[in-house]
Amino acid sequence: MPATPNNVPEPSRTDPALIRNFCIIAHIDHGKSTLADRMLQLTGVVEQRQMRAQYLDRMDIERERGITIKSQAVRLPWAPTHDKGNTHILNMIDTPGHVDFTYEVSRSLAACEGTILLVDAAQGIEAQTLANLYLAMENDLTIIPVLNKIDLPAAQPEKFAEELANLVGCEPDDVLKVSAKTGLGVEALLDRVVEEIPAPVGVKDAPARAMIFDSVYDSYRGVVTYVRVVDGQLNKRERIRMMSTGATHELLEIGTNSPEMLPADGLGVGEVGYLITGVKDVRQSKVGDTVTTQQKGAEEPLGGYKDPKPMVFSGLYPLDGSDYPELREALDKLQLNDAALVYEPETSAALGFGFRVGFLGLLHLDVIRERLEREFGLALIATAPNVVYRVIMEDGTEHTVTNPSEFPEGKIHEVYEPVVRATILAPSEFIGAIMELCQARRGTLLGMDYLSEDRVEIRYTLPLAEIVFDFFDQLKSKTRGYASLDYEPTGEQSSSLVKVDILLHGDKVDAFSAITHKDQAYAYGVRLVAKLKELIPRQNFEVPVQAAIGSRVIARETIRAIRKDVLAKCYGGDISRKRKLLEKQKEGKKRMKMVGSVEVPQEAFIAVLSSDDSAGTGKGKK
Amino acid sequence: MPSALPDGEPVPADGALPASALAGAADRPLGFYLHVPYCATRCGYCDFNTYTATELRGTGGVLASRDNYAETLIDEIRLARKVLGDDPRPVRTVFVGGGTPTLLAAGDLVRMLGAIREEFGLAADAEVTTEANPESVDPAYLAALREGGFNRISFGMQSARQHVLKVLDRTHTPGRPEACVAEARAAGFEHVNLDLIYGTPGESDADWRASLDAAVGAGPDHVSAYALIVEEGTQLARRIRRGEVPMTDDDVHADRYLIAEEMLSAAGFHWYEVSNWATSDAGRCLHNELYWRGADWWGAGPGAHSHVGGVRWWNVKHPGAYAAALAGGRSPGAGREILSDEDRRVERVLLELRLAEGVPLSLLRPEGLKAARRALDEGLLAGGPYGEGRAALTLRGRLLADAVVRDLVD
Repeated sequence: MPATPNNVPEPSRTDPALIRNFCIIAHIDHGKSTLADRMLQLTGVVEQRQMRAQYLDRMDIERERGITIKSQAVRLPWAPTHDKGNTHILNMIDTPGHVDFTYEVSRSLAACEGTILLVDAAQGIEAQTLANLYLAMENDLTIIPVLNKIDLPAAQPEKFAEELANLVGCEPDDVLKVSAKTGLGVEALLDRVVEEIPAPVGVKDAPARAMIFDSVYDSYRGVVTYVRVVDGQLNKRERIRMMSTGATHELLEIGTNSPEMLPADGLGVGEVGYLITGVKDVRQSKVGDTVTTQQKGAEEPLGGYKDPKPMVFSGLYPLDGSDYPELREALDKLQLNDAALVYEPETSAALGFGFRVGFLGLLHLDVIRERLEREFGLALIATAPNVVYRVIMEDGTEHTVTNPSEFPEGKIHEVYEPVVRATILAPSEFIGAIMELCQARRGTLLGMDYLSEDRVEIRYTLPLAEIVFDFFDQLKSKTRGYASLDYEPTGEQSSSLVKVDILLHGDKVDAFSAITHKDQAYAYGVRLVAKLKELIPRQNFEVPVQAAIGSRVIARETIRAIRKDVLAKCYGGDISRKRKLLEKQKEGKKRMKMVGSVEVPQEAFIAVLSSDDSAGTGKGKK
Repeated sequence: MPSALPDGEPVPADGALPASALAGAADRPLGFYLHVPYCATRCGYCDFNTYTATELRGTGGVLASRDNYAETLIDEIRLARKVLGDDPRPVRTVFVGGGTPTLLAAGDLVRMLGAIREEFGLAADAEVTTEANPESVDPAYLAALREGGFNRISFGMQSARQHVLKVLDRTHTPGRPEACVAEARAAGFEHVNLDLIYGTPGESDADWRASLDAAVGAGPDHVSAYALIVEEGTQLARRIRRGEVPMTDDDVHADRYLIAEEMLSAAGFHWYEVSNWATSDAGRCLHNELYWRGADWWGAGPGAHSHVGGVRWWNVKHPGAYAAALAGGRSPGAGREILSDEDRRVERVLLELRLAEGVPLSLLRPEGLKAARRALDEGLLAGGPYGEGRAALTLRGRLLADAVVRDLVD
């Protein structure tokens, strides 16, 4: 039965030589949370009876999707098997597992000296894991390769040990094999962490410098800031300064997590813990920023700080216009815990009042939208996601376009769109299908490598706009679910992009405006116009549905006028029925949005804007 | 399967009405609808409350048969007298409908009318109508009705084309309804109506023109022309679903309506309600106008609906249950609703807009008035009446009446 070892060093008085800071890099479902849980148990910080599955993932949505959005750090005391008297402190830093949170991952990695590379022994490494592994290697982290789920019948430990060995540059025998579920091999893994991962190195007597690697809003405590102390020491009740903004705060509480918050006197060199200052908004405590003391503070911040930059935008509108204040309140609340979430009010002629919301990426968008709907009970229409365009006019003026309907009119010199470097891992039999997809999405092949005999890594430069809609779905369907994708922004490129407007009865429907490559504009226009003709009921008058680039119409359909809308008979016994039918129809009318004089059912907006709709598949993307 | 009854609150066992229903009654005309729920065969398109069996057993072994039906219905007329108390109004209109009223002996219909005369009195110029199946009347039958006080008769002609009648399951031979008009005139009926149906699967524009030609040629003073409605649960709906007969497109209905308007006006008829035309004001169906103008009427018979002073109620549908209630001294009412002022305003808009005279603009609220202005601009409301403060439909507006109503009630 594991128990907390004796002589556990206390925070602020821990010799850096006894500290090991590490994280776990793993793909969704490869068992990171289970492994973390097992470590909590083996080190005795969580009793068996307190255990619930995936202790560290707190949000319901995370738990359901099996993903980790917010990282935390846990201080684990561990006396190595061959050195029982020498209790070490293992700080396990949990990392976000998704492509959208690359920056947050990079900060978590920067707080560590080593990482466990955890891979499912039945599935092998996935693209996101590989991307994070490369990130860890760039940070010079020590890497401990581990295969998990070796108890599964489908496990192929030899095959994937070889794959990992190739990637990490070690021998297949060096790859540890564990079952996080049963606990097999986990003690050995903890020993390996102590043996292989270097102790942190810092200057004890220098001004304090600690890097924020996470910042979480808690409704009782306010913002909880997670830091790794690099130099010097932070003490309780000191005043601290955030170096990027210069803002100062009183340190109301400082401590470590085991895994619950445990106040301490302070944190010294190499230690990892939390700070509470009473601020209510995570934007006042930004990931990547350096914390120092107000008195005799550091002059130079630690490197690597970046402001989170939204890459994907979508308009969010309440289905029921009267929910607008609730939507604002909900976004305000979510922003307390999400420094990357940005939004500003926006009005759409078609959808009414809403917000243009910026996200780090698609998962971020999905998670936010789902939380708004689930936690705040809001019914939303989201416009198709789009990227940010930089438009240079012939007269030299420049516009930043986050909403396609705001694409400037007039003489355009050049349009720049963000591009990403995409990494796709898949069985080699799908190379053709993947290349076909990427070429169709305006991709440029960067290179291809075999990870093992039948698995390849394919690298492409792709416009982000081509990825944000349904690229991942297409990739999955073309590879029967075997491919994995990762991408990172690499800059921008000049492209032949045009705005396609959709006009109903001559009125532009701002929500349907899209920016597409000029070669895809026609297909987009034809598809959307046909779709709308199908979705919009006949009106009292003929309604032309057009797609246009500027004043040039590229596609047109006509919704014929309705000629008959009257029930022929109306006897005495029909009157109650008729009145009730009218009431029902009035309800239905309320769900209509007026576009000029045309009544458009909300279902039509949802069908056209939602990504699972056929109008959204294919090549021309918003 | 007959159409479903609305939901409502229960009707008291004695059928009593709230006092509000009878307030100001003297200013409103009172009519009677008498429902005869029997047919020789059920037509494939029909969703009315009607039965082909001649005997239907109710609860407690009460027998509702075609033979004693008149007596049962007269029980309800006597109940009506009790419920309406000392209401002094003589009855302005009586309308016997079905089903097929003429499946009953002429004497039965006359006896039912007699009960109304006895209990309430008939106004001097009362309109007394019965619906009639062309195959179930002859000169003697018509004479007996006329003798007994009926002065208006409505024949279900539907179409002059055999193949159309066949799709509708109508059993009469083409030409018979026109002959009926002459027989009714000979028997002394002042007012004769022919009911027509258009848009039956398989009917062509030419078929429809032929039907209209035959109808106006027979010399009625009233024509009702209804678009065929395929009601859920009917045989016709099932046949269409199975693909045995094609569904008629709404645009075809619109074309047929325009043909009806064109041919009926050419023959001297004027529309006065969306589906009704008459040669003169005297030829209008006053009874139907009671429905459309919010007057009071008592509907007697299984499944019949009534309206008195803002209370709408409806009887149990099954003739057996109906007979059993009356035999037990209880109201056959199955449910009722007491209309709010807003309900009554909405009903006025939706009913009166269907009339040639239209609906007073004063009934509309600000949003409805804006909608009326738009409808005027779109050519759905007529300029003349609008200038006089009435929203009245144009020909195109008549075809879109329900859409206009949806906007005007705002």
